[in-house]
Amino acid sequence: MIEARTPPPRRREWTLRSRALRGVLYQVLAIALIAGAVWFLAHNTLENMRVRGIQSGFDFLLQPAGFDIGETMFPYESSDAYWRAFGIGVANTLRVALLGIVLTTILGTLLGVGRFSPNALVRGLCYGYVEMFRNIPVLLQLMAWYLLLTEVLPDPGSPLTLGGAVFLSKGGLSFPVPEWAPGHGWAVLGALAGVGASRFYAAAARRRFEATGIPRSTWLPVLGFIVVGAALGWLLGGAPEGWRFPESGEAAVTGGGEISPEFMAVLIGLTLYTSSFVAEVVRAGIQSVPRGQVEAANALGLPRGRQMRLVVLPQALRVIIPPMTNQYLNLTKNSSLAVAIGYPDVVSISNTALNQTGRAVECIAIIMGVYLFTSLSTSAFMNWYNRRAAIKER
Amino acid sequence: MADSFKVIPPRIAPVNTEGLIPWARANLFGSPLNAVTTLALLAFFVWFGPIALNWLFFKAVWVPNFDTCQAARGSGACWGVVAEKYRVIIFGRYPLDQQWRPEAAMVALLGLLVASCVRPFWKPWLALLWLAVLALTFALMGGGVMGLSRVPTDRWGGLPLTIMLATLAVVFAFPIAVLVALGRRSELPAIRTFCVIYVELIRGVPLISVLFMASFMFPLFMPPGTQIDVLLRVLVGITLFSAAYMAEIVRGGLQALPKGQLEAADTLGLSYWQAQRKIVLPQALALVVPSMMNSFIALFKDTSLVTIVSLYELTGAMGLALNGDADWRPFKIEAYLFIAAIYFTICFAMSRYSLWIEKQLRRSTNR
Repeated sequence: MIEARTPPPRRREWTLRSRALRGVLYQVLAIALIAGAVWFLAHNTLENMRVRGIQSGFDFLLQPAGFDIGETMFPYESSDAYWRAFGIGVANTLRVALLGIVLTTILGTLLGVGRFSPNALVRGLCYGYVEMFRNIPVLLQLMAWYLLLTEVLPDPGSPLTLGGAVFLSKGGLSFPVPEWAPGHGWAVLGALAGVGASRFYAAAARRRFEATGIPRSTWLPVLGFIVVGAALGWLLGGAPEGWRFPESGEAAVTGGGEISPEFMAVLIGLTLYTSSFVAEVVRAGIQSVPRGQVEAANALGLPRGRQMRLVVLPQALRVIIPPMTNQYLNLTKNSSLAVAIGYPDVVSISNTALNQTGRAVECIAIIMGVYLFTSLSTSAFMNWYNRRAAIKER
Repeated sequence: MADSFKVIPPRIAPVNTEGLIPWARANLFGSPLNAVTTLALLAFFVWFGPIALNWLFFKAVWVPNFDTCQAARGSGACWGVVAEKYRVIIFGRYPLDQQWRPEAAMVALLGLLVASCVRPFWKPWLALLWLAVLALTFALMGGGVMGLSRVPTDRWGGLPLTIMLATLAVVFAFPIAVLVALGRRSELPAIRTFCVIYVELIRGVPLISVLFMASFMFPLFMPPGTQIDVLLRVLVGITLFSAAYMAEIVRGGLQALPKGQLEAADTLGLSYWQAQRKIVLPQALALVVPSMMNSFIALFKDTSLVTIVSLYELTGAMGLALNGDADWRPFKIEAYLFIAAIYFTICFAMSRYSLWIEKQLRRSTNR
């Protein structure tokens, strides 16, 4: 009987020709190179700052900023500190990015689904839109929209109007807003209660569907719950009716809610540009669903709309989510181009601060930090959503 | 038996599915909703089409005459602004009497780009040709040799600058991207970590912040007293930025490759670099050609951002041409449309080419 041979001992050979040794060598070399480069850059930077007498540090954030900002979501004066100015910049960036993401998703999905329309004209229009808007640089589009909104529209003294309540002019868009009263708070609470109630309703409808196989409409009751909840809350809060209407004056439209032309240009430009990419993402997602799924749905007698909603889109969603995340991130990053048309986003504020204080390193670090934070948190959120939508393997 | 024999009526001919009318019946008037949509859209075209065509062509002013343009305002476009200003829009601040040089450089570069797109030119000597043409481009643009007068880089501009920036950034970014992608999949933890940090850091920030860095912080990074050309700094910024995106694309290709390929290479006794060069990269890069083309298109569009750090490429040159001229400024929208058409033509051609390449690749795999 032959003895089982003992396996040779697993050991790394530390000779010059071995992979292990060379691996260690390469890494040490790489670390040394990068550390050397970082030291070189840091040394030069410090040296340059000393020579040119540039101060460094983030202490300037506490000093008064001394410049005005056109659009502020919080109260701000030019005597406020730099950190408040930066805060307003971040808020403006987030405002345009979030609104843009919502609008882009809606428009992009419509365009993407439109590529599969039974109507040839609709298909052609969607195709033309996508090709046109994604092949022109977004910066150019933003500047063109800004130009259109500030040159072609009438002067603020004689604005376009919709029923004397909504005004559109070179000065921006003005629209009526409700006078804030505690009743509106109650209405919001009521709407939230409606959302809670509809969750219960949806769960009940689902149980019933699983038990009996009879589907129940969920859209209409949910909408009803929310509207009724909000209306009840509003009545409970004393039914406040005050509205602030904008008024067209001699030289300008005053009062009411206002949207500046800069904000509109950034929002329209980013939305139209990114939608063309989202449309392609949605189209690719829908195409990835095997044809047999649609044929099976056809065989079951589902009408076209429900085929899309119940069979195709839920499966396409899995393919769509990762590239969609990229598009959301692109939109957020592209919102930095707002600096070119003077929308006071975080880049524009940092640019002003940089020119005033000369602290290039700090201001650019703030821009990068803000975007890194939003990018990383967006992708974290979308990864979580992706896991939720992924195939549940048993 | 005979009386039970009956001739069954002939089956009606199947509905014709070929030709224009059956196509329209299926695609335009398939259902009531479909028909309503078609009619509504047609009505829109009939109403809007003439207005658009009139503005664009029939009532447009083609001569560079300010008064005629002013008179046609609102009803027709003023293409005269392009006729008047096209030299500045296309060539930026390049000295007027020397503009044949960027013209020649652009023709050489574009010719080479187009030639590189077709199969007969995919030969080793193409690389040498590239080096020669790039050297020629720089010599023509910068001057100082062959009796050409010197033109400093801050006077370069317009379309030649756009094309140069995009081409050079692609040429330099691609090798970096391949190395970083390989590094990100390396077994060596230190190298992997560096590559991950680089890619994630760059992909998390907007290009504009990288350009700000190149234009404001780069001078601080260099030893005191060194002057680095602004064009070069911006080029470095764009290159490093797009290399991170391309690295992710290459990594996608590397991941799509079956593990067995590398194992087979190991079995054959190939070294790491031999295996990557002969087995892994040829297959992985072929897989990612379409996404790579997309990223080239994105890069080409992104060159428009350098106008924010005051380099006058096509977008910046257009601003340069019109912002200072109070007479022609009102017709900026026409100038915007003009350069948008240039961008569109180039990007659209690139995306069509990418489709063609995709088809070529599919032909080689689905035999």
